[in-house]
Amino acid sequence: MASAAKKLLMDPFSDNNPITIQVLGICSALAVTVKVDTAIVMPLALTAVVTLSNFVISLLRNVIPSGIRMIVEMAVIATLVIIADQLLQAFLFDISKQLSVFVGLIITNCIVMGRAEAFALQNPPKDSLLDGLGNGLGYGIVLIAVASIREVLGFGSWLGFKLMPENYMGNGLALLAPGAFIILGLLIWAQRTVTKYVED
Amino acid sequence: MKFLFDFMDKNIAPLFEKGGKLERLYPLFEAGDTFTRTPAEVTPSSPHVRDSIDQKRLMVFVVYALLPCLFFGMWNAGHLFNINNNVENATSLTDMLRGATMVLPIVMVSYMVGGVWDLLFALVRRHEINEGFLVTGMLFPLVLPPTLPLWQVAIGISFGIIIGKEIFGGVGYNILNPALTGRAFLFFAYPAQISGDKVWIGSAKTPLDNNFLGTVAENVDGVTAATPLAVAAAAEQGSSAIAALGEAGFTLWNMTVGTISGCIGSTSVIAILIGMVFLLITGIASWRVMLSGIIGVVAIGALFNALPAETFSAFSQLPFYYHLVMGGFLFGIVFMATDPVSCAATNTGKWIYGFLIGGLTVVIRVANPAYPEGAMLAILFMNVMAPLVDHFVVQSHIKKRTAYARALNHA
Repeated sequence: MASAAKKLLMDPFSDNNPITIQVLGICSALAVTVKVDTAIVMPLALTAVVTLSNFVISLLRNVIPSGIRMIVEMAVIATLVIIADQLLQAFLFDISKQLSVFVGLIITNCIVMGRAEAFALQNPPKDSLLDGLGNGLGYGIVLIAVASIREVLGFGSWLGFKLMPENYMGNGLALLAPGAFIILGLLIWAQRTVTKYVED
Repeated sequence: MKFLFDFMDKNIAPLFEKGGKLERLYPLFEAGDTFTRTPAEVTPSSPHVRDSIDQKRLMVFVVYALLPCLFFGMWNAGHLFNINNNVENATSLTDMLRGATMVLPIVMVSYMVGGVWDLLFALVRRHEINEGFLVTGMLFPLVLPPTLPLWQVAIGISFGIIIGKEIFGGVGYNILNPALTGRAFLFFAYPAQISGDKVWIGSAKTPLDNNFLGTVAENVDGVTAATPLAVAAAAEQGSSAIAALGEAGFTLWNMTVGTISGCIGSTSVIAILIGMVFLLITGIASWRVMLSGIIGVVAIGALFNALPAETFSAFSQLPFYYHLVMGGFLFGIVFMATDPVSCAATNTGKWIYGFLIGGLTVVIRVANPAYPEGAMLAILFMNVMAPLVDHFVVQSHIKKRTAYARALNHA
């Protein structure tokens, strides 16, 4: 793979991660990470949406009048989100129920909107596709990391498999949103210490 | 003595100072050095504060002030254990010893685990070990039930030290009171061990409990004892909360003396008052915070009392002075809300800060069925709000002074 394309795809994994560096998409990162299974399905839905929306918007970028670009972007994203939501309801009904409104709320997810605005409008379709894919997966890595910590601490299991002994006492705070906040904060601390990223 | 000091200065100190072999361990040396003897350093430039109280003395004084609460808490834990487990021929001495076997391990774990974290951060960050930890390590066990498992004590104090203090930069930079942060963590993480009515009195479980401290006549499995706050909150609407308290064995008198179930250090109003007087005489804790906190409880408590009894809970009708002796409010306002780092910095700010802690405590107790005790959450909430309070106090001061200056110019 060419190095420029590789950079587009790999950067959001760590150096420019949408959650730990840009601090976007926090709402769903707190809401759907109680268990690992939802934290896997949610990023899949988001990755599909952000990849395709980036691709479609990039294709349309030369014909969208700048005055109404937001509305056009919203139309594209909303269409994709509804498709994703319907697919989840059809094939993964239980998880779709657990995710409740948060699949629908991908429409307002800052990452999707942000990539469309910041990247897809200026770049050709192939790059936009890679950028969307990278950002979706970067989001997914953090979600799965947070969910793994929360599920192991809170239930003593990972993806439903019991890891801890029978008498393990679940940590109730890990299952609450404030606990997710603290875990996410610690992850951001660790990640920024490793990458030496400093906010201006 | 002089020989020892000379030996230290000549042979030991250079090892730890800049360029020495053990430079990385300097914080450890510094802590030991200044603990054992008064440092000879003086400030080279003004302002010179002429007072013998330095930070070490100040923190140690707070620990002294906590001792009455600790000793009473020990005795009380043993006393309640012996009564509720039908221990034969228990005396005050065996009460005290029994309590010590329950409470001292908690205190020791709190100091040891917290001390390790403090030392670790001091070594990595190359700053001095701060004495603030002496207070945190003692405050934390005193706001726990005497039956808390020791591993939870360890996790709680770790959380309090790391998340409550060190990630903000250590003592002096913490937004929240570290001891209360640790307690809040345990409260939300493991509610079954820190709230409810089964945790306040220990029960005999092992053969070890039948030793020279007295024979357990009959094993009781899990002693149930509600705290006054839980009893008052459960009183039915229209009935009298005082009567409900009386039925459960709580009177103003025993809640003041403290021979009731509750957290180790916070049951006895008298022990807390002794500590409070000590802190006020030495001028260490802010009287403004304490006084305004009590005013806050009285004001909001009286406000609830004035509400019609038909539509509001029995708890809201409980006379306001009960709120002062129930639960952990008094302990919190005397020892935790006055934490010089996390409380408001301006004098006007301290009045507002204290008043809101008192008021919020009563509001959370009476109006929120989920949390019987409001003092912890009220103090933590106001810790977060303290900088905001200070900001508005400073702004209004600036506005007043500007208006004054303008008036002078026009005159």
